[in-house]
Amino acid sequence: MNVIVELEKPLVELETKIAGLKKLNETQRVDFSAEIAALEEKARQLKLEIFGNPTPWQRVHLARHPKRPLAMDYISALDGFTELHGDRGFRDDPAVVAGYAYLDDLPIFVIGEQKGRDTKDNLYRNFGMPHPEGYRKAQRIMRLAEKFRRPLVTFIDTPGAYPGIGAEERGQSEAIAASLKVLAGLRTPVIVNITGEGGSGGALAIGIGDHIIMLQHSIYSVASPEAAASILWRDASRAEEAAQRLRLTSDELFEFGIVDEVIPEPLGGAHQDPQRVIHDTLAADKQALRKLLRLSQEALVDRRYEKFRRIGAHVELVHDTAAR
Amino acid sequence: MAPTPNWLRRRGAKPEPQNDALWEMCPSCGERLYKKDLAERLWICSRCGHHFRLHALDRIALLADGDFHELAPLLATGDPLTWSDRMPYANKIAGDRQKSGLLEAVVVGLCTIEGVRTGLGVMDFFFRGGTMGSVVGEKVTLLIEECARQRLPVVLVTASGGARMEEGVIALMQLAKTTAAAERFSALGLPLITVLTDPTTGGVSASFGFQGDVIIAETGAAIGFAGRRVIDQTIRQKLPEGFQSAEFLLEHGQVDMVVRRTELKGALGRLLHFLTDKAVPA
Repeated sequence: MNVIVELEKPLVELETKIAGLKKLNETQRVDFSAEIAALEEKARQLKLEIFGNPTPWQRVHLARHPKRPLAMDYISALDGFTELHGDRGFRDDPAVVAGYAYLDDLPIFVIGEQKGRDTKDNLYRNFGMPHPEGYRKAQRIMRLAEKFRRPLVTFIDTPGAYPGIGAEERGQSEAIAASLKVLAGLRTPVIVNITGEGGSGGALAIGIGDHIIMLQHSIYSVASPEAAASILWRDASRAEEAAQRLRLTSDELFEFGIVDEVIPEPLGGAHQDPQRVIHDTLAADKQALRKLLRLSQEALVDRRYEKFRRIGAHVELVHDTAAR
Repeated sequence: MAPTPNWLRRRGAKPEPQNDALWEMCPSCGERLYKKDLAERLWICSRCGHHFRLHALDRIALLADGDFHELAPLLATGDPLTWSDRMPYANKIAGDRQKSGLLEAVVVGLCTIEGVRTGLGVMDFFFRGGTMGSVVGEKVTLLIEECARQRLPVVLVTASGGARMEEGVIALMQLAKTTAAAERFSALGLPLITVLTDPTTGGVSASFGFQGDVIIAETGAAIGFAGRRVIDQTIRQKLPEGFQSAEFLLEHGQVDMVVRRTELKGALGRLLHFLTDKAVPA
């Protein structure tokens, strides 16, 4: 159950009512404009009340909202997207989409983690949880970007890499480890967009880049709140508490210096105005790329190394306080 | 009433754990083992060959030729999230320090293995389940960077449940940091050898664990991306025999070799010599 969808119910009712009145206003000779204005104001107030200051747990559900723009929504807003398929070893993983396109006039390679819109689509996309072959397809595209000197733009939206028998047999660990390694040394600009759920290593596997952009209500975490709760308290129902503690929101990640830029979302989340959010995200990608394209390959890779090198919170003790 | 016959008393009764100071029970065959003998036998069960988990310092003693110069020995976590769950993270760390005699879940340094100077990093599962937070990430990175400077090979012995929850996304970023160091190191033509021991999962297997030029798995080790419990809960079907064991990984092409603890130093020595000795001119 998505808590945001639940919260939205009175709002959706109100909006249906407004739409009905508007229709009446057009077809009947009675003037309802005053009532409509009042209801619209009420809807605005309600939105502000519900979404003005979402809690981390509500933001988890905004990130998972069934109507939230998905990777392909961003990718198809690019010019001339052509999908490239397969890992050349096992199969084509539908949880990862990849290909090339133009960002305005700039030729780029793209990789995205793709969830489904409905149950059938989600079964096909495996709920956006890639198998090893998905990451190996991504590695192919990364190497193409480097070889043909095209920037790489990625879109992160996954609960995590898939935990299953086949995934383990085919080396999920190796697939992620290798993706990380390819990205770390890739001699072309890499822009990362966290557009929905950034679920652990499965997200990071396409998440090492030169400029990390995060949508305001996306989340990025070491583990899903449910998984963290079941590890820490052996009780997945304490996910809300875990969400609070994990510091997985865009403002906190920006503060930590892990995210470079946050794209504001409309009141109520990206799904309230997908076109605007997609436009703003791609505009930010383009602006970041313009700066990065001025750097030499060496400067670019050095800069990326330093960017991740400095992340950590450790202190040097004066005395060894362990009991050895 | 007659006393319960022995055969009835035994049936179904769980063997009592014998974790006292002198005795240890084999989790695999249930044999009661005298601790002193067990330690002398490198913590391998004399009855079934089960490899017990090894403390980092014991592992270093097993692998190094007798020298070990520790790097960054005093690094400690800064508790970036000021985390608390059942108890504050700071208390957990303090408890682990008491129990393990270590400040953190990895010990790194320079040593020689069978005469080859090398960097050695060993993780300790008894400290926070060997999880990788800021300190583990930093120490592994420092080791790799130091070995890059000195042009030495690196051996990393893993034992880890993955990224450390209590440090949130900062722990996740240690995958990126250590990977970046390993990538640079690799580009210099220097060897990175990883030894995956029981257990190696999550963020450690999905970063430097599986970035080794040669990957060795210790006999019987559980190795995988997702933990068994997570897989069980996700797919709800019976897992294959030996799933995620070192031997299972070998069969599926995921590791180069499975090596018994008694053979490990020799295997590493031969590999290090092969990879680093000057080739004899033809």
